This record gives sequence, C-alpha cells and structure tokens, in this order.
Amino acid sequence: MYKLLICNSTLSDKLFDPGCLHTSFGIRKEKKDHYTNVPRNANLEKLPKGYLFPEISLRQHQHLEQHPDASLISLGIGDTTEPVPDIVTSRMADFASGLSTLEGYRGYGAEQGNKELRKAIAETFYKDVNVKDSEVFVSDGAQCDIARLQLLLGSRVTASVQDPSFPGYIDTSVIIGQAGDLDHETGRYHRLEYMKCGPENKFFPDLRRTSSTDVIFFCSPNNPTGHAATRQQLEQLVKFAKDNGSIIVFDSAYATYISDDSPRSIFEIPGAKEVAVEISSFSKFAGFTGVRLGWTVVPSELCFSNGFPVIHDFNRVVCTCFNGASNIAQAGGLACLSSEGFEGVRTRVNYYKENAEILLDALASLNIKAYGGQNAPYVWVHFPGMNSWEVFDMILEKANIITVPGCGFGPGGEEFLRISAFGHRESILEAARRLKALFS
Amino acid sequence: MPLLQQYHFNASLSSSSSPFVAPLSAFNSSASRNKNVSLPPPNFGICRCVATPQEAKTQTAYKTNVSRNANMGKLQAGYLFPEVARRRNAHKEKYPDAQVISLGIGDTTEPIPDVITSSMSKKCQALSTLEGYSGYGAEQGEKPLRAAIRSTFYADLGIDDDDIFVSDGAKCDISRLQVVFGSNVTMAVQDPSYPAYVDSSVIMGQTGQFQKDVEKYANIEYMDCTPENGFFPDLSKSPRTDIIFFCSPNNPTGAAATREQLTRLVQFAKDNGSIIVYDSAYALYMSDDNPRSIFEIPGAREVAIETSSFSKYAGFTGVRLGWTVVPKELLFSDGFPVARDFNRVVCTCFNGASTVAQAGGLACLSPEGLKQAMHEVIGFYKGNTEIIVDTFNSLGFKVYGGRNAPYVWVHFPGRSSWDVFAEILEKTHVVTTPGSGFGPGGEGFVRVSAFGHRGNVLEACKRFRQLYK
Repeated sequence: MYKLLICNSTLSDKLFDPGCLHTSFGIRKEKKDHYTNVPRNANLEKLPKGYLFPEISLRQHQHLEQHPDASLISLGIGDTTEPVPDIVTSRMADFASGLSTLEGYRGYGAEQGNKELRKAIAETFYKDVNVKDSEVFVSDGAQCDIARLQLLLGSRVTASVQDPSFPGYIDTSVIIGQAGDLDHETGRYHRLEYMKCGPENKFFPDLRRTSSTDVIFFCSPNNPTGHAATRQQLEQLVKFAKDNGSIIVFDSAYATYISDDSPRSIFEIPGAKEVAVEISSFSKFAGFTGVRLGWTVVPSELCFSNGFPVIHDFNRVVCTCFNGASNIAQAGGLACLSSEGFEGVRTRVNYYKENAEILLDALASLNIKAYGGQNAPYVWVHFPGMNSWEVFDMILEKANIITVPGCGFGPGGEEFLRISAFGHRESILEAARRLKALFS
Repeated sequence: MPLLQQYHFNASLSSSSSPFVAPLSAFNSSASRNKNVSLPPPNFGICRCVATPQEAKTQTAYKTNVSRNANMGKLQAGYLFPEVARRRNAHKEKYPDAQVISLGIGDTTEPIPDVITSSMSKKCQALSTLEGYSGYGAEQGEKPLRAAIRSTFYADLGIDDDDIFVSDGAKCDISRLQVVFGSNVTMAVQDPSYPAYVDSSVIMGQTGQFQKDVEKYANIEYMDCTPENGFFPDLSKSPRTDIIFFCSPNNPTGAAATREQLTRLVQFAKDNGSIIVYDSAYALYMSDDNPRSIFEIPGAREVAIETSSFSKYAGFTGVRLGWTVVPKELLFSDGFPVARDFNRVVCTCFNGASTVAQAGGLACLSPEGLKQAMHEVIGFYKGNTEIIVDTFNSLGFKVYGGRNAPYVWVHFPGRSSWDVFAEILEKTHVVTTPGSGFGPGGEGFVRVSAFGHRGNVLEACKRFRQLYK
C-alpha cells in the first residue's frame, strides 16, 4: 500500500482524498510503515472522494493557481459575505469582555443551550405552533445536528432523501451505516430511497411512488433547488409520514428567505409534532457561518415504536457527544432575536434575496431556465442534456465564476447547476454581466 | 401526558437569574471572591434521565414505526454530570437557604484574562465590518491557530500543523473519533475513566449489554487503575483491543503516567496493532516531570491520537475550543491513513469551531496569553487542589491525585460512592462526584474537583473538617 504525502501547500489547509491528490502531490511508499491492526470503518470506504464543498474549494484553488490574476467570483459554497449588524456583534463583544469579570464569567452552559435563547427561538419562530422552549436544543449548526441525529437513530434505520439534496444527509447516512453500498452506475446508495424532485413534479416527490422508510430528510426551502414546499405538499408529507410511521427530519435553515406564504416550519402542519423534528440555523439568517449556531426542535410527542420519546435520546446524545454551542455565539443569537437585532439581520437576508433576483433576471434574459431564487438564496439552473461538472468547468474557465454542479447533490441534480446568491452586490452584478456575455 | 411526567423537564429548577448580557447585568452584584456564595448553576431545562424501565405510552397516543436505536437502550442512566447537577438542584430546592458549593462537575470559575477576551471581543466587532467579516472557516481550524498549537505543545515532536484539527472541545472530538472508528472495533478504557469514552462507545454500537453484576458493558475491556498498581494497568493481563482510551493526567484519579509507563503503553499498542486515544486535557496541570504529550514517546506517532482542550487551561468550558492530533503515520490495517477519515468526518459531521473561540485560542497561545491564561490561572486552581489535598490528608484519608491534575481522588474504603456523595451533600452542602460514576473501579472513591473561587474552596474544606473530624 502506498502512503500518501499530505503536504501543507499553497492550497487551502484541507486534506484531500487520493482521487484528487494525485494530480497535485506525489505518492511515496515507505518500506517501514507500521500498520495498526485496526480495520478501517467499512462505512467510510463507501463514501465517494471528498465531501462536496471541500471539493469545490479545491477546484477554486487550483483555478487560482493556474490563473493567479483571475478575478474569481465565488457563487459556489453558500457562504455569507455581509457583515453582521452591530447590535448583534456588540452584544457578543460585551459578553466576551464580560468573561474577564467575576459577574460575567460563565463556565459550562447547559448542553441544550441557554434558557433565554431557547425561549427566544421558541417565541420567534414557533410562537403560533406551541413549541416549548424545552423542545428546542441549541447547537453549533445544522450540519452538526444532522450528524447527532444520525448517531441517535443508528445504523438500522432506513432513510430517504430528496434528489437532489444537501449532501450532508446522504454522507452522514453512509457514515453511520444506513445507506448500504454505492451503485457506481446510478450514483445511488442501495439502501437509501431517493425522492426525485424536479421541475416535472414541482420539486415535490410523488409519494405514491415512494417506498416508506423510517426517516425522511426533507429540506424546505430547498438547498439546492430553492423550492419552498407549499402547505398542501407538506400536508401530504406529514400524512405520508403518519401513515407509514416515519420520522421527518425537516431542515428549515432557509425559512427566513421565504417570500410567499409557504410554511416556514413543519409544525405549521397539524399532526407534524408526532412525526417530525426540525433543524435550523443562524448561519444563513444571521451570517453566522463562522460563528456557529443553530438549533433542533424535538417535540415531546415524538415517539419511537416502543413509545419511548425521541427527545429523551436526543438529550442523551447532546449531553454525551456535545458540550453546548459556544456561549459567545449564543449571546449573539439572543441579540439576533431581539427586535432591533432581528430587523438588522432581516436586512441582510433581503440583500441576498435581491442578489438572487439579479441572477434570476440575468438568466431569464438569456432564456435559460432557472428555478428557485425567490424563497431561497440559491438559483437552480437547468442545462438540459449537459453534464453538470462540464458546465461547472466551462463557467469557471470562461467566466471565472465558481458554482456548484448539480450532480454533487445527487443523481437528480445532473443537468443542473446551483448558483448561490451570497456575495457583495458588485460581485453579483459582475457575475450577471459575465453570464450574459458568456451565454448570449 | 403520563409518560412525560417520568421525564419531566425541570425548567423550574434551572435558575440562573442573570440576563445573558454581561457584565453590566444585575447579576449577583454582591458576589466576591471572599464571600461564600453559591455560584449559579448552568441553565438546565432538561429531562430527568433516570434508570427506570421505560413504559409504553398509553394506547391512544401515536407512536411512529421507527425502532429505537438499541444502543441508546443499553445506556443505564443519564450522562454522569447532568445526574450530579440534577441532584445538586434537588438539594438546592430542599435547602433554599443553604450555601451550596460545587466541587463536582469540573467547571472552571475564574474569569478569563483580558488579553484573551479582548481578542475575542475584537473578533466579534470585526464581524460587523467589511474587511473583518469572515464566513465559514476551514473545518480543520484556522491555520495560524493550528500552527500555534503545534509550536506550543508539539514542538520537536515530529507533528505538523496539518496533523492538528481544531474543534469545539475534547468531548465532541471523542464522539467524532468513535464515528470514524465505527461499530466494529473493540475498545479498552481505564477503570475508572472519564465517562464519555464508555458512553460514546455504547452509542456507537461497539459494546454489548450492561452487566449489572459487574457494572460493566460487555465487549469493553476495563483496565484496572488502582492505588495498588499505581493507577497504571497491568498490560500483561490486558487482552488486545483495537482502541485504547488513555487519559493522563487522569480524570478522575489525577494520576500522571510516567515516561516509563507510557513507553510500555506505546510498545503494547505497537505489538498489538492498537490505536491509543490519548487524552491530555490536563497536561499543563502537571507538577512532576512526566510527559505532557504521548508524542514524547518514540514510536507514538504510529500508534496514537492525542486529544486536548482549552477548557481547563483557559476557562473555555463555555467558549468551546479544543483540538485533536492525528499523525500522518497512523494507519489502519489496510494502510489507509486515519487522518484522512478523521478529516472526512470533520468536514461532513462538523463545520469548525467558532471563529470567535479560535481567535481566543490564538490569544491564549501568545506569549502574554500563555503566561497569564495558562500559567497564572492554572496555578490558581493548583493552589485550590493543594488546599483540598491537605484537608483530606489531615483528616486521615487516603488521598490520590491533586499533584498533577485539578482533581483529588479520596478513598472511602468499603463505602458506596453515591452514599458518600449524598452524605457529603446532605451534611456539608458540598457537591462532589461519586467515583462509581467513572466506572466500577471508582467505587469506594469520591472525586473532589479543585475548580472554584478560593473562598468557596476554603469554606468547603472547613466543612469537610467539621464533618470528618
């Protein structure tokens, strides 16, 4: 076996998988390598290459290496770009300074989160649907919560995902051992149920054709398609879950981007408390992608088949595998939910929504079919008959814009490209100009 | 709902009265270092985790068809420290005027030096500016921090910056490591040991059922660490396991393994093809000359991972920052680098430690930060530890630890540790941690942690003297 050299190079400080590395690094075999006798986790072997977003980063860096003068516009990874409102950061700064004082010092917080913050989340987002603060678990972000939910659920449950969908659901499912082997031809894992979501079915799966699984991952507004499920669609989903005894993991991280009156929470649907958990995040709402703050709602009504409350096990996982979100981040979260703070973060959300409009307009003017963008900060662009990595490469090469190829979100994403609307206004306008130049 | 009453949420017992925004809040303005005031507990709105059999819901209540994860069902009770907290809260309810002193959960109490908090404050403020705003950081951590960790803790040990993965704390890293290893590995722990190793192993599916007669989970190897064997296991009696969790300086016993012992451990791991997960979260508490990192032992890079934390060094228990070192030389049986899989899990199941916390970490490792954060604050807690050790020694108890760790391991021969815990709590209003919470090898011992305001520690010791004179 070969030992790979992992070099700390000019590329970002990420480790890359063999498939990507051989183009940039040498491989050297060491004769005296000690191999432990510990078998590699077979589940990790089933993962393809690297996680999607570090892959995008790698290509970004490679492009910059080859074209150091390129003025690259990043509309790939959904990373927020606009400063956080002062009202929020000043509270965080005060809290941090307070840690230097006797009165203000705080040690371990409750693993479930600061009580006031839990209350504020319940009141801000779930006021009319009776979610209690004790059902809100503050975290360091939705991606981390997904992994914790998977740990809780274990390897023996079956899962379904939308196709396309945020890769974290599939990848964590594989890692935990739910997904079975990858079929390289179809790009699907054998034990996962893929619910196709495309323009042809209004981005909502045909549930009559969907096999039932224990867990259903559902994201709305959707990453990457931008579709916000209608009330009617979510009612169908809740009924489907109820009829089949399934648990919905509802990802509402982009709820604040909704423009129309699509439901912002699964709990707006009657009966959802018995079938769903909801995860969400301050990342795209408050620009907290680096600060790290999110939450998960586990209703006390939600029970396993033996009647055991799911919330009990989630609490146990949170207490054992986690130690709470950073208290400074939580102070920031609380400030975001004050009326002044909320107003401030809303202006950022609107800013990104305006970005999305600009991109949509540009694409419309080119007669390119684009979806999403109205209820989410993502535009889902259709390139019929084309391979999405090829489109990605072409746009990168010719327009110096980073996007995300749709197939990175599942086989249902092939022929599509995700363009994210996070960026400074000038960058978005420039990107729109370049796209028009490229495609007209 | 009947079932929920068994798992009722003790919202009324959690009671930090302070508003979140510090320091100008009206929180407990009379608190001072010299007053014997009980510190506010962490906020708890938690369900009471009890070890009673679970009843099914009434017939009319809806249940999904999703089977509960059998691994979760193996866990015997709540995680240890929320249990201790629950009992403390119940005690406070029972004696609302009592001045309860917490020497149970190892929670830091002293303010963080300015040099560190000001950097975090600045980072927060910078997030409001165009130039200073940053979004997602690298999941493995910011480069300068990784470099600073390496140069501070691993200089000349053959560890590279990119062997270091910054995290939100060692406890979280332990679970991520378990996710990397998966359910098909066997593991060994010291007995007693920090409960997260065993509990995360159960959750991951590496263990069998709990065996009540011996108080151990099947399929875990428990390596006795007792006064009789100098708190180092007899490796000649230890069967091979894939993974060995080893904590030094040890929580809860306070024992710091010697160079000779660690050399034997590394040899043992090498001979057996095992991986050591070495928890060095208390390394800077050492007074003796023992190794501070497993990588001081030649050959360790091929057999060990090391995890550590800013929690007990910088008072970052709430701020959340730690790291794990996975050397490139560490390989699975098929030659695949463990670091590669750890990186994948870090990128997929995590999104990096808070950039604000990382700014704080970098300040901790500046020359001024090291001098103030690390050495002064640690020195303060070590001072506490001495006081506690002296107290129990003077009362004629057999006392262990304390010299190289902020924990004092007190022997109460022939007694149930939960009984001793309860007796101490009832009679002195001091919270400790029962040794059996750390494994059956902890029975007959109580862990007294040395984190607290000096006044509280002195008062607690006064009460111990009254109780046990």
